[in-house]
Amino acid sequence: MITKIKKHIPVILLLSPGFILLLTFVHIPVVKTIYMSFFSTPKGRKPSKFKGIENYEHMFSDPIFWKVMSNNIVYAISTIPSSIIIAIIMAQWVNSKLPGRPLLRFAYFLPVVLPLIAVGNIWLFFFLPGFGLIDQVGSLFGFQNTNILGNPDQVLWGIIAVSIWKESGFYMIFFLAALQGIPREMKEAAIIEGANSWQMFYKITLPMITPTLLFVSVNAVITAFTRIEHLFTMTGGGPNYNSALLLYYIYENGFEFWDTAYAITLSVLLIILLSIIGIGQIFLLDRKVHYQ
Amino acid sequence: MYSFYKNINIIGAWLLGFLWLLPLLYAIWASIHPIEYQVKFDLFAPLTLYNFENAWSQAPFARYMFNTFIYVTMTTSCQFILCSLTAFAFARYEFPFKNILFGLVLIQLMINPEIILIENYKTIKFLNLIDTIPAISLPYIASAFGIFVLRQAFKTVPKELDDSARIDGAGALRILWHVYIPLSIPTFLAYGLVSISYHWNNYLWPLIITNSEETRILNVGLAIFSMEESGIEWATISAGTLMVTAPLIIAFIIFQRQFVESFATSGIK
Amino acid sequence: MNIIKLLIISLTVVITSLSVRAIDLEFYFPVAVGGGAAQAIEKFAEDYTKLNPDVNVKAVFTGSYTDTDTKFLTACKSGTAPATSVMIAVTIFKYIDEECVMAWDDILTQDEIDNWIGGFYPAFMANGQVDGKTYGIPFQRSTPVLYYNKDAFRAAGLDPENPPKTWDEQLEVAKKLTIKDSDGNVSQYGIRIPSAGFPYWLFSAIVYGNGGKIMNDNGTETYINSPEAIEALEKLVALSTTEGVMRPGILEWGSTPQAFFEGQTAMMWTTTGNLTNVRNNAPFDWGVAFIPGIKQFGAPVGGGNFYLSIDTTEEEQQATKDFVKWITEPKQSVAWTKATGYVAPRAETWESDEMKEFLKEFPYPAVARDQLEYAGPEFSTYEQPKTVSIFNRALEAAVAGEKDPKTALLEAHAEIDKILKDYR
Repeated sequence: MITKIKKHIPVILLLSPGFILLLTFVHIPVVKTIYMSFFSTPKGRKPSKFKGIENYEHMFSDPIFWKVMSNNIVYAISTIPSSIIIAIIMAQWVNSKLPGRPLLRFAYFLPVVLPLIAVGNIWLFFFLPGFGLIDQVGSLFGFQNTNILGNPDQVLWGIIAVSIWKESGFYMIFFLAALQGIPREMKEAAIIEGANSWQMFYKITLPMITPTLLFVSVNAVITAFTRIEHLFTMTGGGPNYNSALLLYYIYENGFEFWDTAYAITLSVLLIILLSIIGIGQIFLLDRKVHYQ
Repeated sequence: MYSFYKNINIIGAWLLGFLWLLPLLYAIWASIHPIEYQVKFDLFAPLTLYNFENAWSQAPFARYMFNTFIYVTMTTSCQFILCSLTAFAFARYEFPFKNILFGLVLIQLMINPEIILIENYKTIKFLNLIDTIPAISLPYIASAFGIFVLRQAFKTVPKELDDSARIDGAGALRILWHVYIPLSIPTFLAYGLVSISYHWNNYLWPLIITNSEETRILNVGLAIFSMEESGIEWATISAGTLMVTAPLIIAFIIFQRQFVESFATSGIK
Repeated sequence: MNIIKLLIISLTVVITSLSVRAIDLEFYFPVAVGGGAAQAIEKFAEDYTKLNPDVNVKAVFTGSYTDTDTKFLTACKSGTAPATSVMIAVTIFKYIDEECVMAWDDILTQDEIDNWIGGFYPAFMANGQVDGKTYGIPFQRSTPVLYYNKDAFRAAGLDPENPPKTWDEQLEVAKKLTIKDSDGNVSQYGIRIPSAGFPYWLFSAIVYGNGGKIMNDNGTETYINSPEAIEALEKLVALSTTEGVMRPGILEWGSTPQAFFEGQTAMMWTTTGNLTNVRNNAPFDWGVAFIPGIKQFGAPVGGGNFYLSIDTTEEEQQATKDFVKWITEPKQSVAWTKATGYVAPRAETWESDEMKEFLKEFPYPAVARDQLEYAGPEFSTYEQPKTVSIFNRALEAAVAGEKDPKTALLEAHAEIDKILKDYR
């Protein structure tokens, strides 16, 4: 037994600093959070009471929960594939010898460094009816009275557009790295064999970037459920929750309504959801990565 | 035919680039013209530096800049050390429950710090660190993303190099330091930049955990320009945004070649 | 000689600073309007510390109202709340419920209750008192007013010195001010009553103007299902539907002044917190008037109050009281109004020479003060942000055309009632 532990002493030493921090700032808070989801919200000196699964029952019968959940699914299904496809196209462009490549690379990557909390205001201006940028440009072509953020049927699409803008450049970097890792001989061989550019992409590029694709999609799923800063400046989740996402609803319940019990219950759902998708994807990805 | 496709590509690439640059171009426009031109585009509008002066004077941004620098450097360097150790164990050692432990690490990837804000606040209070720069960093140091990408990079280090170092009697830390880290520098650079961009733009946690001028970071200072009750002043917001992000933008312009190359040769793919 | 003098002075300074231990007085403040709000507060803190070396006022800028609320409650729940904090007035029931704030009465003498508390406008005290006890000292207070473009009035053949006084007049004027181009595109709307974010605030002005009420004083019941409220919402929705004098859809709050400056709308309803903004940026001649009502004048008050943390020592309480008393004195209050456009909350401030001097060059803040006579409290109940949110979403649904006004309000009322019945 002791020799067995002894054998693992280096591992224990290597892992302990990281795990102490993870335990303190992730695992214990998460366990506490899950535990607290079975209690009512404490108020002042009124302690919380055990409520069993009442919070969960409340969640599943809450129409707003279903609304933000379906918004979030639409949001994820729209932003993830489009930002990944745009990212791959961007990476292809930046990897080929187009004029002004450094500036293009800079343009695509720019959204990553701009703080969304401030840029949200600039996007807000673009979307404003009448004198917003879209309407100013639109008036040259005869349409000028859009009110995308003020229309319940369109507002989510405005938010989706900003999100695609924000994320694509970040993913592009990963794809660019993958593209540059493709051995030149492979491409040359394909060209000699007379492959056209679509065949090149399908037969060579795509298989070579598959691990990246998986890694990026894990990131994209997490982002689709956890990045909400633009909602604060642009719509506040409105009109009438039409642009609210799950984490926004959690934030609203937790830090505006201070209904922590309900916020925590919603968080537990989000944690479970992301853990299943995320860990599943990563183990899948792990198996597919080839090592020298 | 070939050049036709090429032209289409050039046009497409630049159209997209222009679209992606628009918010920055607008921010530049709004910040260098008087406020009455913030939503009017007139080629002959007069130029001014007033918006920058105005934005700069609304909060002690020089101090915030210094704090942000300390916070970002501290966070990133601690992440490097800690994630290297953890990643090394996962990359090169066999031990019981390895997959489960790795899964426990990855949980951090899914948990937005906002979700567990109150618990983290209590922990920081227990450690008596409220309103300090280390308090902003601490919850982020054991980064699952960092551990994951470094583990990938370490896995690509040839086993023979490791074995020969071991035969020479080198300990785990020395092997890590002399073999693994030098071979993974690109990954460190790439991860470092991602981490810096993230922390430079972090908002809610730094807002909650800091109270004073000596600990506030730039992005929290930016909030001073978003007026809930009165109107939005795009000119001031734009000037503030440009001021706050200028260091990052300049760093990216200077280092973008190295950055992209380091990504290309790093294990992140 | 000089050196000796210097030595003596510095020695005195050292001795005083050693003997008097300064109290640290931390306070949180949000910034909700443009202009020089943050600088003004920093200067107050600095000036006060200079005048009172035994107190070290530490003003902490805490972002928006919501951010401040989050930060204050997080700190309160962990026992690190600041001595005092400026927070939105109507969240009062929540702070009491969470046992984070105490009544100022507990640390005031009878004389102070009579003369100091008694000196604030009753309209502003309405959201600061519960069960006869004062929890909020008015500080950054505002009220909505009608802003109108006098040049546009002249262009439409209207008298710029005679703004609309009733809802019907307002509608009539708005029709004349709405300009369409040959394609039928509207280039200038008559009026803009923003509906994004917190529509309940301006909406309650219409309800008050219709002779209605929105809630009871104890914050345990709302009247948003009343005929007055329903009629008010129908009239609001009609502006952008049947009447066509307001842009359809949800209208953003923060860009409303800009829409006014750009001539997109000839009139707007917004807070007096925009007076400085409009003064600096409107490229035309403009005026301010009372909010036109359906039956009478009426408007809610709004803005933030000083709250006293429950978690304070007696020493801190006294220091806080002295500081808050000082900052509400006429001199500071006028400086604050000048910097921000907030309505000075005490009658004596308006009597002061500084204020009279200021009004001579810029008379509009007085319109807001005069409107206080007709003002009612801002919507405020237990479980505040939640009830307000339900109310807001109902209004948004009606304005955006998702629900008809009556259904929206009745549903919201039922939902709020379910929450509030525990408090009755």
